[in-house]
Amino acid sequence: MSANAPADNKKVKTPRTPMPEQPAAERVKNFQEVTLGYTPEMAAIEASRCIQCKKPLCRKGCPVEIDIPGFIKQIVAGDLHEAYRVLRETNSLPAVCGRVCPQETQCEGSCILGKKGEPVAIGRLERFVADTYMASDACEQLTGDHACSLEREGLKVACIGAGPSSLTVAGYLSAQGIKVHVYEALHELGGVLVYGIPEFRLPKAIVRKEIDAMRAQGVEFHTNWVGGKTITVQDLLDQGFNAVFIGVGAGLPKFLRVPGENLIGVFSANEYLTRVNLGRAYNFPEHDTPAYTGKNVAVFGAGNVAMDAARTAKRLGAERVMIVYRRTEKEMPARLEELHHAKDEGIELMCLNAPVELVGDEKGWLKSLTVQKMMLGEPDESGRCSPIACDGEFCEIPCDMAIIAVGTGSNPLIGQSTPGLELNKWGYIVINEETGETSIPNVFAGGDIVTGAATVISAMGAGRRAAKEIARRLIG
Amino acid sequence: MPSRILKKRSLIPGQTSELTLEAPHIAAKAKPGNFVILRVCEGGERIPLTIADTDKEAGTITIVYLVLGKTTAHLETLKEGEEILDLCGPLGKDTDIHKLSGPVICVGGGTGIAAMHHIAKGHHMAGNHVIAIIGARTKDLLLFEDELKRFCPEVLVSTDDGSYGHKGLVTEILEARLKADPTIGEVVAVGPVPMMAAVARTTKPFGVHTTVSLNSIMVDGIGMCGACRVSVGGKTKFACVDGPEFDGQLVDFKELSSRLSAFKVMEQISYEEFKKSHVCKCSCR
Ligand SMILES: Cc1cc2nc3c(=O)[nH]c(=O)nc-3n(C[C@H](O)[C@H](O)[C@H](O)COP(=O)(O)OP(=O)(O)OC[C@H]3O[C@@H](n4cnc5c(N)ncnc54)[C@H](O)[C@@H]3O)c2cc1C
Ligand SMILES: Cc1cc2nc3c(=O)[nH]c(=O)nc-3n(C[C@H](O)[C@H](O)[C@H](O)COP(=O)(O)OP(=O)(O)OC[C@H]3O[C@@H](n4cnc5c(N)ncnc54)[C@H](O)[C@@H]3O)c2cc1C
Ligand code: SF4
Ligand code: FES
Repeated sequence: MSANAPADNKKVKTPRTPMPEQPAAERVKNFQEVTLGYTPEMAAIEASRCIQCKKPLCRKGCPVEIDIPGFIKQIVAGDLHEAYRVLRETNSLPAVCGRVCPQETQCEGSCILGKKGEPVAIGRLERFVADTYMASDACEQLTGDHACSLEREGLKVACIGAGPSSLTVAGYLSAQGIKVHVYEALHELGGVLVYGIPEFRLPKAIVRKEIDAMRAQGVEFHTNWVGGKTITVQDLLDQGFNAVFIGVGAGLPKFLRVPGENLIGVFSANEYLTRVNLGRAYNFPEHDTPAYTGKNVAVFGAGNVAMDAARTAKRLGAERVMIVYRRTEKEMPARLEELHHAKDEGIELMCLNAPVELVGDEKGWLKSLTVQKMMLGEPDESGRCSPIACDGEFCEIPCDMAIIAVGTGSNPLIGQSTPGLELNKWGYIVINEETGETSIPNVFAGGDIVTGAATVISAMGAGRRAAKEIARRLIG
Repeated sequence: MPSRILKKRSLIPGQTSELTLEAPHIAAKAKPGNFVILRVCEGGERIPLTIADTDKEAGTITIVYLVLGKTTAHLETLKEGEEILDLCGPLGKDTDIHKLSGPVICVGGGTGIAAMHHIAKGHHMAGNHVIAIIGARTKDLLLFEDELKRFCPEVLVSTDDGSYGHKGLVTEILEARLKADPTIGEVVAVGPVPMMAAVARTTKPFGVHTTVSLNSIMVDGIGMCGACRVSVGGKTKFACVDGPEFDGQLVDFKELSSRLSAFKVMEQISYEEFKKSHVCKCSCR
């Protein structure tokens, strides 16, 4: 461990540079980004906290193994151009990752400074570099001068879905001169990054810029193309694509299976967030897609999705927003930062409560919610304490809107339309862990459709693995 | 991808029109029972419409819509040669069509007649004897009678006001037909929710399998949002990927009609704004 021992104790004591953000009272009234990003001065101070470990633990904690000390060193040296290049070597969506990755459990969670004090704010630095360099030319950034004219005649790869996993494949392969066509079912590109994660956490403009950079690099995007419907995997192979990557995510919303779930006013988080984000319902009636918000809103679940739904409801005018969760705050799977932001914005946590019934009025509209008190038992297979129902302890809460954010399952469209594609018992695609290849030769898959709902960066890691293997096969 | 309007035919002036759209990739795959989701313009809502017919050689699909609110009203302002911003499909499960031992009765109401037309045609192509029963409030609101006559040996008509055909409801003709012919293999119904519910009630005592095509509110149409969920046989199903066709005896129609009213107030606002502000800029606002 001596190589990782802090070299200079003074540096350890420099506190982590806070990120400026919109005041809570202000931001609950708008959809603008909550956190405002570092200034160059803040970034320089924060970057200088890094002690440049010889065996950096942070890098191991990162699913795509960004050369973290490498890019931080360049910030210190003042060469942001080089810092961006180092980032882009392994990460095609740094502006996104810097905003939404659960850094506390990944790079920052492994940073040596965290052992005695606060870890380097790696995510914020990543975001700073990416934002600073966003507008510049992507081809040049990635491959040096005009290297994208390194087109490799006749090689083409198709991606189904345009979420982070597919975008990673597209970014990586097109930088190698391979033609990539991306087929996306919706009318906007980006997957959960655009229809799920709200504007106030990840501005759509950021995602669009990263995608524009890929387009500039030669990636062709086709929207309103549904894999398995408009075009099948076999069609793509028949059209001469050398490989196909399936990155369709895990979008099928799960419901609670409690009475009253189909009452009006009960939404899946996906529906609510899609209306607001993809349909821009916060801008109704300038945009046509409607979404209403009740006075008393209950959100079930406590992951990032639940936090996003709750904070969105607050912004759309709800008076009271409750996160109804079976376990306690300690077990909540959301990113720490989002949980804190939610609490600051006045979202109530109703822990140790499980919904048992949604009650409607005579017209079929939700009017209240019955919850049962829970207590924590022994840890279950997830490693978290299992919730146990307390006998007979029920409580009725007035509530005119409920949002269900208890997870998603695999979407059946691709499976149904691709004979020979091996799926596991939950309908997720089975792959070779080394290569990302499915049971069909030259057909690869990755992201949430393989793992179930996970993270942006793990989807990108999967995309990267598949892309590397595809590149190895096609160009050696 | 945008889709060009090649032909526009007004079926009921100002209220119902038929569009022939250039969409070779959708036409190549479309089967009876499928629908598309379209967005007329930037900022527009995604709405589902049934594929009423396809011409695979010409690479076109046909849709028929009833002007109900903002989106369909905007669609109605578009002319031949203009484009619809987004057209996505074909979506939904194909109709289960196979050779039946007896005739199939296809019941259509209102704009549903157009959707029913594609299903009826599929049954005809599969070699089934197709009896069409179509109904409307009055003679002028009847659609597709001639189109259906091209392949249906019998097209039976009812109007509420008796201005044409049988005076009364489609279910009355249906019941008489079921009584007269015990060999009927299947009944298909597409139309307003109360009509489909009534058809299911009518066929129940006869034990004839009844397929209905549900028009629940949709957002994505690919099984991602759950907006379209309906209770079928006590289970939650997604109309966009598990349907839109289901066994009529198992559908909770009461819940469906209640869910259809979820956005009524907001849709009204949006339509009123549109009527005020729309000076046909056509690419919207
Ligand atoms: C509200 C919300 C908040 C989240 N917050 C975070 C966070 O803070 N940090 C984090 O790391 N992760 C977060 N996640 C999880 C993260 O977004 C996902 O793990 C990640 O996006 C998965 O990437 P993917 O490429 O596998 O799929 P997706 O992002 O789901 O993209 C799949 C794409 O494929 C399209 N598609 C689906 N079916 C088809 C088809 N048949 N044909 C063509 N296209 C199709 C979809 O429309 C979509 O665009 C969040 C998720 C949600 C829903
Ligand atoms: C699978 C499917 C196929 C369909 N096929 C056709 C078709 O071939 N032709 C056609 O005219 N219509 C069809 N519909 C209905 C069509 O989608 C709606 O008429 C359309 O969404 C109305 O949009 P709007 O913006 O014009 O009106 P809105 O302002 O959205 O709605 C106006 C009124 O229509 C009701 N409404 C809203 N959405 C729907 C809906 N999905 N179904 C029924 N009523 C609704 C509202 O309660 C409101 O009162 C289909 C629906 C589904 C789900
Ligand atoms: S970020 Fe932390 S773990 Fe990584 S090199 Fe710097 S000090 Fe070491
Ligand atoms: S429309 Fe979203 S799941 Fe059916």
